[in-house]
Amino acid sequence: MTPLETYTLRHGDDCLVLGQRLCEWAARSPQLEEDVALLNIALDLLGSARSLLSQVGDEDQLAFLRDEPAFTNAQIMELDNGDFGRTMARQLLVSGYQVLLWEALSSSADEGLAGVAGKAVKEAAYHLDHAHSWVVRLGDGTEESHARMQAGLDDVWPYALELFEADDVVTSLVAQGIAADPEVLEPAWRATVEKVLTEATLGVPSSDWRPTGGRHGLHTEPFGYLLAEMQHLQRTHPGASW
Amino acid sequence: MGFQEVIDADGRIEPRDEMPEAYRKTLVRQIAQHAHSEIIGMQPEGNWITRAPSLRRKVILVAKVQDEAGHGLYLYSAAETLGASRHDLLDLLHTGRQKYSTIFNYPTTSWADVAAIGWLVDGAAIVNQVPLTRCSYGPYARAMTRVCKEESFHQRQGFEAMTVLSRGTPAQRQMAQDALDRWWWPALMMFGPSDAESPNSAQSMAWGIKRFSNDELRQRFVDATVPQADYLGLTVPDPTLSWDGEHYRYGEIDWTEFFAVMKGDGPCNRQRMGFRVKAHEDGAWVREAAEAYAAKQRAKAI
Repeated sequence: MTPLETYTLRHGDDCLVLGQRLCEWAARSPQLEEDVALLNIALDLLGSARSLLSQVGDEDQLAFLRDEPAFTNAQIMELDNGDFGRTMARQLLVSGYQVLLWEALSSSADEGLAGVAGKAVKEAAYHLDHAHSWVVRLGDGTEESHARMQAGLDDVWPYALELFEADDVVTSLVAQGIAADPEVLEPAWRATVEKVLTEATLGVPSSDWRPTGGRHGLHTEPFGYLLAEMQHLQRTHPGASW
Repeated sequence: MGFQEVIDADGRIEPRDEMPEAYRKTLVRQIAQHAHSEIIGMQPEGNWITRAPSLRRKVILVAKVQDEAGHGLYLYSAAETLGASRHDLLDLLHTGRQKYSTIFNYPTTSWADVAAIGWLVDGAAIVNQVPLTRCSYGPYARAMTRVCKEESFHQRQGFEAMTVLSRGTPAQRQMAQDALDRWWWPALMMFGPSDAESPNSAQSMAWGIKRFSNDELRQRFVDATVPQADYLGLTVPDPTLSWDGEHYRYGEIDWTEFFAVMKGDGPCNRQRMGFRVKAHEDGAWVREAAEAYAAKQRAKAI
């Protein structure tokens, strides 16, 4: 795989896996408006995933027939939804990152990435607004919601740091004007997220623990179940069309 | 014009118009049960979202379930124009005092069930609901216009998914036939009891809420659907089914089963209600937080 394909696949996997997780909320959300909103976000992410995976190969082969170590999403995408607070914390951190990522990639030297980014940036801005409004309402709502929101945030925070890792793939593509530079993204992301957390009366977590490995195929235990569920029909009926 | 004159002239009643209390009550009950059916209906299909066999099918299914949530929202809004509140209506659902369509008390045990629901259940819903776009109550009629457009889209997608299965591997064909076997009769039951045993039908007809009898609509559905099953090469599970030159004559419907499911003893009644109530209770702290936050903002604004 070329560095560009590796990079494209990482972001495609991010969108696919988070989209799949959000689908688990169907019919389970706190109110009907959120069933609409969460599924809408899932649809946007799955749409981006399909565009990105298709630039690397066959979307269904990639989604349904790869084994766990071949998935290169960041681990934050695969974390269990937990309660609504934890889901919104994860969405704030991820959407805050994706807005900046897609903004940067919309002027990528690679046309394929730039095309996906140009569409995804508008969607991510909406996802960020949505997460922002819930994190603030839950953080500054009741005593219980504040505690739950903070706990969810503390849980997912360390995983966000993996989004800003740079390895040879990223560094070489940044030099060619293809990839977004994590060193530029991270401070801007912190500023976005910390502003929301302050408004939400939540503490900004600090963590020395930086879970890592997703970009190279190392995943959390719950991820195996996500894949087993997602892939089982394709694997049970090899070669069938759906 | 008074209420009866509007009805007699086949006009529309709007929220501020005067209307008999019984008319209002009948509509609230019907619209609420329709809204409940939309949100309970998210469960059997939502059951397959995370397992959909291709990304294209996953996206189609997510969009469909999202549409159902949307239908629920605007149907509850239509009920609210009659003075009901979504909160109270949900409470009636959660405590078993209002019903939803019996069809959603059957399990989706294979992927083909998702296709069959789109084809048969949405197909039956359209036949039921198209006349409601001409219902005498304006907000309900307008909500139905939008719902029917989206459901006819779902129906075509379901039929297309069923076509792929019926032209697929032997295992896929078997899956498709098995789904038709299990969903056919429950789909026919969706139109409700025969005219003679349908207590509210006559009054609803007189009020312009209902335009055709249950049996007429059921026949319309059978006539439209049997040729589709033939096209798919699938067998309708009714050995007595025959063409009489005008209509497909179908066999006796097992109304004992219908009334048992209605009463709460279908395969999934307990599961659907348990799931729904749990989701609602699990979300209570979120709704309370949103209210508390809004109250704080109002206090600041003063």
